[in-house]
Amino acid sequence: MDLKNLTIAAARADVQERKTSATALAESFYAKIASDDPQIGAYLTLSKDRALEQAARMDVLAAKGEALPPLGGVPVGIKDVLVTRGLRTTAGSKILENYIPPNDCTAVARLEAAGAVILGKLNCDEFAMGSSNENSAYKPVRNPRDLERVPGGSSGGSAAAVAAGMAVATLGSDTGGSIRQPASFCGVVGLKPTYGRVSRYGLIAFASSLDHIGPFANTVTDSALVLRTMAGRDPMDSTSADVPVPDYVAELQKGVRGLRIGVAKEYFAEGLDAEVRASLEAAIQKLASLGCEVVPVSLPHTEYAIPAYYIVATAEASANLARFDGVRYGLRSKEARTLSDMYRKTRDEGFGPEVKRRIMLGTYALSTGYYDAYYLKAQRVRTLLTRDFESAFQKVDVIVTPTSPTAAFKLGEKSDDPLAMYLADIYTVTANLAGIPGISVPCGDTRSGLPIGLQILGRHFDEATILRLAHAYEQARG
Amino acid sequence: MATASDTLAAIAKYEPVIGLEVHVQLLTNTKIFCSCSTKFGNQPNSNVCPVCLGMPGALPVLNSKTVEYAVLAALALNCQIRETSIFARKNYFYPDLPKGYQISQFDKPIAEHGFIEIKTANGLKKIGITRLHMEEDAGKSLHDGFPDAANKTAVDLNRSGVPLIEIVSEPDIASAEEAYEYLRRLKEIILYTGVSDCNMEEGSLRCDANVSVRLRGQKEFGTKAEVKNVNSFRFIKQAIEYEIERQVELIESGGKVVQESRLYNSQEGRTYSMRSKEQAHDYRYFPEPDLLPLVVDARWQAEIHKQLPELPEGRRHRMVAEYGITEQDAGVLTVTKNFADQFEEAARVSKSPKRVANLVQGELQARLKAYNLDIEHSPISMKGIAMSADLAEAGTISSKILKDLYDLCFERKEDFPAIYEKEKPEQITDTGAIEKIIDEVMAANPKQLEQYRAGKKTVKAFFVGQVMKETKGQASPGLVNELLEKKLEG
Repeated sequence: MDLKNLTIAAARADVQERKTSATALAESFYAKIASDDPQIGAYLTLSKDRALEQAARMDVLAAKGEALPPLGGVPVGIKDVLVTRGLRTTAGSKILENYIPPNDCTAVARLEAAGAVILGKLNCDEFAMGSSNENSAYKPVRNPRDLERVPGGSSGGSAAAVAAGMAVATLGSDTGGSIRQPASFCGVVGLKPTYGRVSRYGLIAFASSLDHIGPFANTVTDSALVLRTMAGRDPMDSTSADVPVPDYVAELQKGVRGLRIGVAKEYFAEGLDAEVRASLEAAIQKLASLGCEVVPVSLPHTEYAIPAYYIVATAEASANLARFDGVRYGLRSKEARTLSDMYRKTRDEGFGPEVKRRIMLGTYALSTGYYDAYYLKAQRVRTLLTRDFESAFQKVDVIVTPTSPTAAFKLGEKSDDPLAMYLADIYTVTANLAGIPGISVPCGDTRSGLPIGLQILGRHFDEATILRLAHAYEQARG
Repeated sequence: MATASDTLAAIAKYEPVIGLEVHVQLLTNTKIFCSCSTKFGNQPNSNVCPVCLGMPGALPVLNSKTVEYAVLAALALNCQIRETSIFARKNYFYPDLPKGYQISQFDKPIAEHGFIEIKTANGLKKIGITRLHMEEDAGKSLHDGFPDAANKTAVDLNRSGVPLIEIVSEPDIASAEEAYEYLRRLKEIILYTGVSDCNMEEGSLRCDANVSVRLRGQKEFGTKAEVKNVNSFRFIKQAIEYEIERQVELIESGGKVVQESRLYNSQEGRTYSMRSKEQAHDYRYFPEPDLLPLVVDARWQAEIHKQLPELPEGRRHRMVAEYGITEQDAGVLTVTKNFADQFEEAARVSKSPKRVANLVQGELQARLKAYNLDIEHSPISMKGIAMSADLAEAGTISSKILKDLYDLCFERKEDFPAIYEKEKPEQITDTGAIEKIIDEVMAANPKQLEQYRAGKKTVKAFFVGQVMKETKGQASPGLVNELLEKKLEG
């Protein structure tokens, strides 16, 4: 079986029609993981018992001839920042090395309720902080297309698992591009929904106002299907929106002729790799040939997005990560004699350098005397950026941009230069700051065979349109 | 060495400026951001869940009952309700604070600009309320009561996430007495709204006092010290008195007041500086991103307003007008809402509310004091008092018998109706005997008899009273009336 190109529909149909069993399918994915993952490093924890139990349930249904739920028997992987009841969840950090959550993340629970088989937990940058997956406290993830290169981050394991055929679909989280950028680097589809579309309950918070859960998949159709399964109001998350969830899969079939596509010059500026630019231009041509109208738009505050993002994100992170104090769960330093010693040593031993850097940045930005200059100003920039998008979306239905200014870089290439690393998110952070949905869909390779991603941004709660365009492009791209 | 009179003279030169911060626990069944029980006294760490334990990935969801109660309290304290208020994170590390931040409200609290009126020697005084906001309580660090307490601290998180309101006064309070009066009134009002039991022993009412002094006439405030967590109103009064004295002496002897937190030691009657390390806090407040701005629109406010009971001050005015009682009567009778409710229930069915009020303040209070009981635990219910008042009013029982019956109620811990049923004086129903007494009374009071016969019929009541007195209240009032009429008419 070609695990690498298996779609959700095909996997479910095979189990439903008993061409294979969910159990056998899960076993073949585990075999693939056993053989390939040592080179890639996508998985941190496997959940074979849980997977096989669920698979058996699906097999019973299939044997009785009952219709399987939408993801019945489909093997999926979960980024290790989503808590899973009874299944170790580390957030890629040593501070949670032995943490067994008592509860399930809502998104995971909804996938499982829809029949998905959870293979295991996927590697990521520690607390989702990073753009290369080199900040995992356990091991880096390698890009399945080129093992010398990073898979992107922070959801590197989630992207690599799909790209390497080690899961049909996966869940990731996206705070500044952590789904779209690795999807682009690994050549898969990655979707960040609108803020509030998918419950954040059970997502270990990095920056609460910027964090999103979203799917990775081989196809846009599969992304639509996973989103449909997870989306919708959750009483456990006050910020989850009570907005009707369309049938994203059915919506894909509507045409794209006449769709107005915005191209913002700010996203094709200095620093954009020539090959990426060429690939994007070709993609835009392709969209025009499908009957879309290409319209130039301007998003004038884009240049302030990165600094504003790194202030808001680190400020929220500094509070969100305060709970890892050694008191109730997770690591507690054995060296400590006093209370303040316990805090200092636990957090010093438990957190990696990037996490510490961001906690310090955020703490500083919120401190008396600096709050107005940093946090408050960053929030104002955020408002301006959101208005940029609102006015652009009066003229166009979607905006297309490169997902990342470059294709995947090499391991170690940027790890000593945090600022260069932060700039890898330059095209993705804006959607987090504005809360709008964005999808990255593959749009060709560089000459050296590295994937390039096309990012499509849409209006709040209009995932249907960006999915529809991404689907049309995917079909036309061939 | 300063003498006592020197100290007094020095204090007179200064004007204390006091502001109070009062934390009140709300009586919701569940916590502010999760559905755990708020019950006091359960096994440590039994009322907990991922949210109030601060587990990774857990999120707060606001309990709307908390909002209702906070708004109710705010309305009772004459506050303006802010239509859109914002929760904020207050960041600090402490073992009993699971998330490393407390969810509170900061620059946009639910309510502001309220006031309480207190009685002072110079008449009524308005004490401003700066703000009232909602927040979650922290857990409790335990230092004893478990096996390895000698070298370990344990944490009980049952209280983590219990809803509180914090009520911050303006620095309008000018003495320890005023502070005491403010607290008394505040507690009374909160109790009336029913949103808290204000039980200081269980920590459902806690008070910090900001105290500073300045030379009389000076505009700028002096440096303040914060006296924290004093657990009774009496101690707060003492702590403030001590603090004023301490600060004046310090300044007078050339020293400077340091801005700091101080703890009151009630045994020694003095305040102590807390270690400065514990107060070097920069709380780094910022808006809580896990909660949406809270909107309490006009409609919701109106709905909550409907639940607002009549408050003690207004009730006292009404009771004075309605029952013909004095303001002092009304003050005693409205000590708690429950008690005032009972009084009114009794007063409405009684023929003499004024007599009911008098009995409560006289006979009842005296016995409560003797038995060291508060009015809530009186063996005689308001219904019983109403019954006794009516019997006395009708002359069925004399005041002496009433007193004896009250004594029995307290001795046997039984209500008045039960005691009366068992112990009521034997009535004289012998017509001949009563007639004989009437004759004697008429003979002894010729002047009154003359008045009656001249047409002043109201004098009859005098004769009824005299006959009842002669019979020690044991004559049947019906019979007395009937026979008197005949005899008086001649």
